Amino acid sequence: MEELVEVLAKALVDQPDKVEVNMIKGEKAYVIELRVASEDMGKVIGRQGKIARAIRTVVKAAATKQHKKVLVEIV
Amino acid sequence: MAEVEKVGKTVSEAVEQALADLGIGAEQAQVDVLEEPTRGLFGILGNRMAKVRVRVKETPSRRARTFLEKIFKAMDLSADMDIQEDNGVLSIDIQGEGLGVLIGKRGETLDALQYLVSLSVNKKQEEKYRVLLDVGGYRVRREQTLEDLALRLAEKARQKGRNVILEPMSPHERRIIHTTLQGLEDVYTYSEGEEPYRKIIISPKRHARA
Repeated sequence: MEELVEVLAKALVDQPDKVEVNMIKGEKAYVIELRVASEDMGKVIGRQGKIARAIRTVVKAAATKQHKKVLVEIV
Repeated sequence: MAEVEKVGKTVSEAVEQALADLGIGAEQAQVDVLEEPTRGLFGILGNRMAKVRVRVKETPSRRARTFLEKIFKAMDLSADMDIQEDNGVLSIDIQGEGLGVLIGKRGETLDALQYLVSLSVNKKQEEKYRVLLDVGGYRVRREQTLEDLALRLAEKARQKGRNVILEPMSPHERRIIHTTLQGLEDVYTYSEGEEPYRKIIISPKRHARA
């Protein structure tokens, strides 16, 4: 799941080497933290969060396949 | 981006080897000659081989394919893709087993994926491509379903003389409904509400009610 977030983020940003993904396994859900260069924030959030929403939708689909609840946080 | 450097007696020999290594044809390659071959004294001393760098040319189709392949791998899916490039439109159809996960509820995941592919394909490009993503002909089937639904509900609005409110749909799906009912004389359509909950209302025209 982290791999998926990483693939998506790296394809969108200008500085792929600054992409960091970290997964925290909670009891009820997994939280995936996504860090990108500050200049790239807009590239993963988008106007009115449109890009972030698309990333979450795709990751949620992948998580459902594995019967997990996953939250993607851009930090 | 895949690239190799090759040395050979002649430039064309080096290029040929590089193409073979990359497994691509000449039309998909971008070639840089790094060193021209020179023949030394008596053909022995100071001979220099040709050196080339061959890169796989970045086309929108290739960018889309690479991106999607990485996504499938990360999602543990095996899928095939057919990509057509035509007049600024990139049509991608994905085929395989168990790909319902890529479609999601009412194509929600498919729309999200299509948007992300489009962003990645057009990143830092002067020429922008419109990306149409489909999984196993889902969009075509969905379009037919929506057209049938539109006609059925238009009939209901007409008969009951009342507004019929549809469930929320994406802009693309709403366009299909509007277009289907556009030419009808006794009903008209409009949308209400904010994205992503915007929905269509089919309304009987006044004279039809009288």
